[in-house]
Amino acid sequence: MSSPTTQLVARLVGLAIGGVVVQTAAVSQLPIAGANADISPLLVMAVGLLCGSLAGGSFGFGVGLFVDIVSMQTLGVSSLVLLAVGYGAGRLREARDPEGTFVPLAAGAVATLTFSIGFALMQFLLGADSPVSWPLLRQTLATLVVNALIALPVYAFVRRWLLASLPEDPRRRRRRAYTTGGLSPLSRS
Amino acid sequence: MYDKTVRRRRAVLGLLVVSSLILLTAYFGESGGGALRGVQRGTSEVLNPVQEGASRALKPVRDLFGWFGATVAAKGKVEDLSAERDRLRGELARQDNATFENARMAKLLETSGALGLGDYGPKTGRVIFQSPTVWYATIRVDKGSKDGVAVGHPVMNEQALIGRVTAVFRGAAQVTLLTDTTASVSARAGRRNVFGLVEPVGAGNPNDLLLRHVPPGARLNPGDRVVTRGTLSDSDRLPSLYPRGLPIGVISRIENEGTDTQEVHLRPHADMRSLEFVQILTRPQGIDG
Repeated sequence: MSSPTTQLVARLVGLAIGGVVVQTAAVSQLPIAGANADISPLLVMAVGLLCGSLAGGSFGFGVGLFVDIVSMQTLGVSSLVLLAVGYGAGRLREARDPEGTFVPLAAGAVATLTFSIGFALMQFLLGADSPVSWPLLRQTLATLVVNALIALPVYAFVRRWLLASLPEDPRRRRRRAYTTGGLSPLSRS
Repeated sequence: MYDKTVRRRRAVLGLLVVSSLILLTAYFGESGGGALRGVQRGTSEVLNPVQEGASRALKPVRDLFGWFGATVAAKGKVEDLSAERDRLRGELARQDNATFENARMAKLLETSGALGLGDYGPKTGRVIFQSPTVWYATIRVDKGSKDGVAVGHPVMNEQALIGRVTAVFRGAAQVTLLTDTTASVSARAGRRNVFGLVEPVGAGNPNDLLLRHVPPGARLNPGDRVVTRGTLSDSDRLPSLYPRGLPIGVISRIENEGTDTQEVHLRPHADMRSLEFVQILTRPQGIDG
């Protein structure tokens, strides 16, 4: 029988491969308002929020590497940017443990914006010959809006996919603590 | 315990950042046939059938979403198309006579049509992959080396030239579109055959291309057609990758006309964002090539 950590790693690998294949085979071929949704930063954000900075950063690195390999892009660019996205989302969970229903939506928008700006910055640093034009900004903005709209269902899917293997889901932990009478903030006073 | 966790976290983070930077540096430093590119090719070779299957399986979903998008976009296009229809009606009347003569000439020369693509060994392929980022305008098609596809072959859709093959696998080929920041095609435009290079305006702009290196005094007008030039030099040592006369687009506007800084913009005939089937010309030099 496999340990919870092995199970979690296996599920994360499956999520990364499935996510990238669906992204490149379907989502990228669906123009919405002149842009495409990009589920990679959303998956990384969701894993960061659910599993913490270490898992989030590692998952971001892995997904980025896989995207770069499959797309025949410059290796290391997506992995570096998505590593930052995953680590940031993980730190948000560890430092603040946000609870609101719309946290994934806001986090998804920030993750997408970070990824878009980071990726563009890397391209400019690597010598891409392209001006910062209005169509480019419009596409980035459209992707941001579309990604924010699908962030909640993507987060819900990832949470469902990983739930069985998560060692400690913050919400479950908190709910259990309240219902058993311990660790409630009210009991401290 | 807390310190240990933080140290571990930072160590892993640092390790991953360093790994990314090493990958970046190594990828830039190696040649086209290097180890990292070999890994990319090998992984793609394994994943191409998976992507092809996923692309087919997810087609109904794409079609459903595409239908909604196309309906909204179609409403916006009605006015533009009405104006274009009126203009084309007038043009059609003028072209009728020329077409009649052209048909006679074509028959005389025993060509198979205006473009004569049959001579170029076209292979029809399905798009199974599209780059997820605007910074790389690439697609992947389910035709590869076993179908006679090679690097450099021109690729068209049903409307016009869309790009060329830049990597080939056994059962798939990577195509770099005209809108990619690295793309460049020698072209001629207008009735006076003005030569130039078609290049993208920049990343994320699939409906606008530039015709660069056009002489300032060249007489071009909005509406002039742009096609492939078919050669890069007057000698046979550097033959063009593209056959002569493949349609690319129409000049949409000219900025700073007549000056050294003039910019000739063209609208590509092909809609690069909704490509499903494409044709790879496996004999770009024609039957003789």
